[in-house]
Amino acid sequence: MMCEQCQERPAAVHLKNVVNGKKSEIHLCEVCAQDKGEAFMNDDGGFSFNHLLAGLLNVSPVMKQSQPQQNRRQTVECSGCEMTFDQFLKIGKFGCPKCYESFRDQLPPILKRLHSGNTVHQGKLPERQGGTIHMKRKVTELRSDLKALIEQEEFEQAAEIRDQIRSLEAEIRDEGGGADES
Amino acid sequence: MSLEKFLSQAVSSWMNEDGPSSEIVLSTRIRLARNHHQYAFPTVFTQEEAEQTAEAVGAAVKHTGYPLEELKMKELQGLEKRVLVEKHLISPNLAEDSGASSVWLSDNEDISLMVNEEDHLRIQCLFPGLQLKEALHKALEIDDAIEQHFDYAFDENYGYLTTCPTNVGTGLRASVMMHLPGLMMTHQMNRIIPAIGQFGLVARGIYGEGSEALGNIFQISNQTTLGKSEEDITEDLLHVVDQIIAQEKSAREALVKSSGIQLEDRVFRSYGTLRYSRVIESKEAAKCLSDVRLGIDLGFIENVSRSILNELMILTQPGFLQQYAGGFLRPVERDIRRASLIRERLEMDVSKDKGGSDI
Ligand SMILES: [Zn+2]
Ligand SMILES: [Zn+2]
Repeated sequence: MMCEQCQERPAAVHLKNVVNGKKSEIHLCEVCAQDKGEAFMNDDGGFSFNHLLAGLLNVSPVMKQSQPQQNRRQTVECSGCEMTFDQFLKIGKFGCPKCYESFRDQLPPILKRLHSGNTVHQGKLPERQGGTIHMKRKVTELRSDLKALIEQEEFEQAAEIRDQIRSLEAEIRDEGGGADES
Repeated sequence: MSLEKFLSQAVSSWMNEDGPSSEIVLSTRIRLARNHHQYAFPTVFTQEEAEQTAEAVGAAVKHTGYPLEELKMKELQGLEKRVLVEKHLISPNLAEDSGASSVWLSDNEDISLMVNEEDHLRIQCLFPGLQLKEALHKALEIDDAIEQHFDYAFDENYGYLTTCPTNVGTGLRASVMMHLPGLMMTHQMNRIIPAIGQFGLVARGIYGEGSEALGNIFQISNQTTLGKSEEDITEDLLHVVDQIIAQEKSAREALVKSSGIQLEDRVFRSYGTLRYSRVIESKEAAKCLSDVRLGIDLGFIENVSRSILNELMILTQPGFLQQYAGGFLRPVERDIRRASLIRERLEMDVSKDKGGSDI
């Protein structure tokens, strides 16, 4: 297999990358892998959190908006621990689980930078507390199955899946809709 | 105390087993960060909340039935904490805290649960060699058991909520400790470190950021914790580690082929330094230990056990040296102690192997 970047040298680095659940594979030669890597690392050479946050402050579109909005951002305060968004940026750590909810509008660009463009959890769910989230995930899965079946004109099977989705959705409604906001 | 007895107490027993790929991978570590949904994070929590959290963790741990024993930070001496840090069982941060922080340890120290470090709970599993899947499996099993009696801070979108946004999502840090003398000698690490950065992974020398890698030991771990499943994270890491292993092996082969006698000379000079020096600084000791370990892997040295590097890298740190000496040591005294401890340890191996004559 040849390198996807230069198409000149054989690919030596093969890696899967997952961004918000979408998988892609990258095949690069050592030279191109190194170039990409250096561009990513740029000159600070490290991954210290302060560097990252400083970078975020300069790059994130949220931070570059007009003055009144910026003031609003600075005064957002957590309903749980009373930490302000500005304090969070200074220390780089949240004060309590509610901070995630309180700063919900400000977080996506930060999380994207820290987690290779990802903002949505794709991993494990707590077994006992998972509750309706397990069912919601199942519905999402079934919906994509359904779509595929319709495209393949497998209507009989599609109807079965549709009924499964309906009954799961009814169950979710009975449980009160959302998982508890912890 | 005899060295043999000291060793058996000082080195975690999980470390003495040879794991898969153990000629290059020293150990595998999985860590999960978890918090209680009701209490503030350690960043801002009150002493009262800290105690409540510790109590809640303790109750949940007892329910799991795992035979773990709790060590409370406020009840430990400075030197005892230092030894725990040097064994990688607790973090330096936890050792500093004397409030309601503690660690729960399994008998052979392959499980360690830190309470009230940066997060309320950190589940850590350690395995010898390259065993990412096994370690992940065990950590998730403990996680499930604890969750039965402990309400985690969990969000549908963001997953497990952690104090630091770098851990949110899975809360998973998977890391692999690798001995890479071949790649260092052939100057390839400068190329590899940035290359793996773009895949959400990071490589650092074992003794912290910034400082150079001591003893050619590198820790490779995931940076990204959000948006990938636990299995994908460990699989991606495994993939990179497999490639590094292959490159380290070919670097070693190339070195043997192109300059075998020089390499052998280097290995035995280092072995000589360790066996006969009277004063040795930690940096030199680490370099020589790395050479000797490489010599063992390449078959140049036969009468020294393979775990020597792992073992002595830990034992020759200040906390252990002082524990072995039974009291405080000034830096010069440590260098002397270090040299004698290494000599003693190597003699132990050589005398065990009656057939092998002294060099
Ligand atoms: Zn290329
Ligand atoms: Zn808060």
